[in-house]
Amino acid sequence: MRSSVIIFPGSNCDRDMDVALKKFGFKNQMVWHNDQSIPKSDLIVLPGGFSYGDYLRCGSIASKSNIIKSVIDFANSGGLVLGICNGFQILTETGLLNGILQQNKFLNFICSNVYVKVKDKQNKYFKDLKKDVLELHIAHNEGNYFCSDDELKSLEDNNQIAVTYCGEDGTENEKNNPNGAIKHIAGIFNKNKNVLGMMPHPERMIDKYLSGEDGSLFFKNILDNFK
Amino acid sequence: MKIKVIVTLKNGVLDPQGKAIQQTLNGMNFGNVEDVRQGKYFEIEVKEKDEKKAKSLVDDMCKKLLANLVIEDYKIV
Repeated sequence: MRSSVIIFPGSNCDRDMDVALKKFGFKNQMVWHNDQSIPKSDLIVLPGGFSYGDYLRCGSIASKSNIIKSVIDFANSGGLVLGICNGFQILTETGLLNGILQQNKFLNFICSNVYVKVKDKQNKYFKDLKKDVLELHIAHNEGNYFCSDDELKSLEDNNQIAVTYCGEDGTENEKNNPNGAIKHIAGIFNKNKNVLGMMPHPERMIDKYLSGEDGSLFFKNILDNFK
Repeated sequence: MKIKVIVTLKNGVLDPQGKAIQQTLNGMNFGNVEDVRQGKYFEIEVKEKDEKKAKSLVDDMCKKLLANLVIEDYKIV
């Protein structure tokens, strides 16, 4: 499975993502934001970081960069596009995903492990995933997902909510919601479920000696579903 | 021609920074501050002499980049 990680000025999880993808057997290549086209890929990843210093709004400047037209075309033709953290913010700013990531409710930058509940497995990311609750890592200042009531209803009706913040046992409540996101949303799909944006970082949970291995499950699952 | 734009959060959208500023002002004995909404202000120099055309251009810019209409309103002043 071939993957491409797009690097924007200010991306800082691009190399972690590269290491993670290669560890599980993806043939990964790095693509600069100013390029006009993306090499043949089965998966495009927009990594975490602070593209363009989060100027104007997180992800807004990156969402207008040269490479984005190719990313949108790829997504519209059914290709898998994964946005993690700042990548999720960029995807909402392109319009590929609904809503926006606002500043965390309590104005704090949050860096911690969290549990997320997988809400939908009828898609190429989570199909046949062995677990329902994953331990992943978050590190963000703007992860407070928000959208209009109509958009929220549409997300719910089409099962586009991908993952929600929860406790270790899967309980969703205010206490387990770190940033105030509406309906505890940590990640969503587009309508066709080929585009996934989420705040948690699976690439930071791929080594049992350093962090945890639930990120490994995530990447292996994408590969298994591709075969 | 210089066009000025103010971008603010829509009514009903939580503004944690505005809230923090309000609480701080209250704590500084500005007890009559009931609400604060924070926004952004832009001065855009457009190479255009016709004010109507310039404003129409800036309107397009607001829709496409300067404001995110999911949570923000804009006003060309």
